[in-house]
Amino acid sequence: MTHVRGGDIETAPATSSHEALARIVREHAARLAAALVRVTGDFGTAEDLVQDAVVAALQRWPLEGIPERPDAWLFTVARNRALDSARRETNYRAKLRQIQWPIRSERDDRLRLIFTCCHPALPREAQIALTLRVVCGLTTAQIARAFLDTESTVARRISRAKNKIAEAGIRYRVPDPDELNARLDEVLAVIYLVMNEGYLSTQDRAESRDLVDNADWLATQLYELMPHEPEVGGLLALIKLHSARAESRFDADGAIVPLDRQDRSKWNRDMIAEATHILQCAAERHRPGPYQLQAAIVACHAEAADCEHTDWEQIVLLYDMLLYLAPSPLTRLHRSIALRYTAGPRIALAQVESLAAELDDYYLYHATRAELLRDLGRGEQAAAADRRDLGLTTNPAERALLQRRIDQEERAAPPAIPPQAEPR
Amino acid sequence: MKYVLLFVQTEQFERDFEAMSQPERDHAYELVYKWFADHADKIRGGNKLKEPNTATTVRLDRGAKPVITDGPFVEGKEVVSGYSEIEVADFDEALRMVREWPGCPIVEIRPIEA
Repeated sequence: MTHVRGGDIETAPATSSHEALARIVREHAARLAAALVRVTGDFGTAEDLVQDAVVAALQRWPLEGIPERPDAWLFTVARNRALDSARRETNYRAKLRQIQWPIRSERDDRLRLIFTCCHPALPREAQIALTLRVVCGLTTAQIARAFLDTESTVARRISRAKNKIAEAGIRYRVPDPDELNARLDEVLAVIYLVMNEGYLSTQDRAESRDLVDNADWLATQLYELMPHEPEVGGLLALIKLHSARAESRFDADGAIVPLDRQDRSKWNRDMIAEATHILQCAAERHRPGPYQLQAAIVACHAEAADCEHTDWEQIVLLYDMLLYLAPSPLTRLHRSIALRYTAGPRIALAQVESLAAELDDYYLYHATRAELLRDLGRGEQAAAADRRDLGLTTNPAERALLQRRIDQEERAAPPAIPPQAEPR
Repeated sequence: MKYVLLFVQTEQFERDFEAMSQPERDHAYELVYKWFADHADKIRGGNKLKEPNTATTVRLDRGAKPVITDGPFVEGKEVVSGYSEIEVADFDEALRMVREWPGCPIVEIRPIEA
């Protein structure tokens, strides 16, 4: 964990205690927010109060130690701030005085909070920022660092969203049953994007990598609250399956290690088993969806001893189902990577190249093409494709991997690895 | 809460509508009338507007003479073709109403300043 810049947590000392702080704040922030909205009836005010309390905690706990009852501490700070603010009318002050700790946070309170943050009338970026701030207790500064945005951009995004919630009459509520599926999709998309941002970020961006933990936490909460929704289980399993492989994804130089060369002994077997169990429970409901299918694909990899013993036939089948539910050129690209192992590189390459028009600006298109060309012994074309993809990604870990491949190609004109024999 | 629903037409929608047979067109109108009937308890007023080529835009610059131009204020492929004022419990109820709207392809929901 790198030391955090910026005013609010300048004093955060060692790694473990910073992580402990984040965990404790996360444990309590959402419940406090839910309780305060219930009392004040105003989402925006409650959100501000919680943020104030979180910032105070991150300043003072590293110096004073974590209080014995962190939840009560946060609550007291939030309530005192509310009472201090002179702009509030007496009625509101009276209501605040009545709240007693510990406050019960009911299932619906927490759900209301999550669904309000992810309301479809808010832009996606605001949904993400609000959810991280309100439900995970992240500060604006932490969100800005994780997403490589400026603090003022994130602050503006949040205040605009809260203003819209208030002005447009977006009510703080759990959606009715007939809207639930569509609204749940929004929540899942937000959690998925939080995970993705963390997963794709490189080793030097510790703040971003924490996002995977936050996504795991959010999905775990939602799974507790809505255990009968199979896609919630699917997303939670997917996040856990990705996290389980985190250790082996980068080499000592910070370059990405491709799946077929990862040290599988570093994979977290307990976490994989937990994820597989969650996925099985979800699958028993017979309502497949994109997250369950993606998780099932990753599970095929996670359970295989190595690349060769991976059930590629099953993976291609899962991609077919995924394409049926959610067609996308990216999914077709990933399917063609699996196709290389079942139908051979020539057929896979033809599939990849059929996506040229849609994916020409996407680095993974060229990177995949390069690998398949290399398999077929067309080294020069492969190197050209790799040079193309190098120009399309700014992610340093991806660039390190690609640069290494180009260097290797230039050193050994005939391919170092003989092209794979094609079945049929 | 009160909102105004701004109904927005697109050129494509216009073309598709013109390409319809008379019975198809009648059916499309029926769906729209039914929507208005179903939500009559929430609708406070509104109108369909005449074609955008009947619109005139006046730009008032302080100190300068008003500039009068022919056509709607945004020249584009999407034009406001009508509006309804509605009164509902909250935003989600407005959204639910709009989701069922069978007419033109775009609807903007604007809260009214109370």
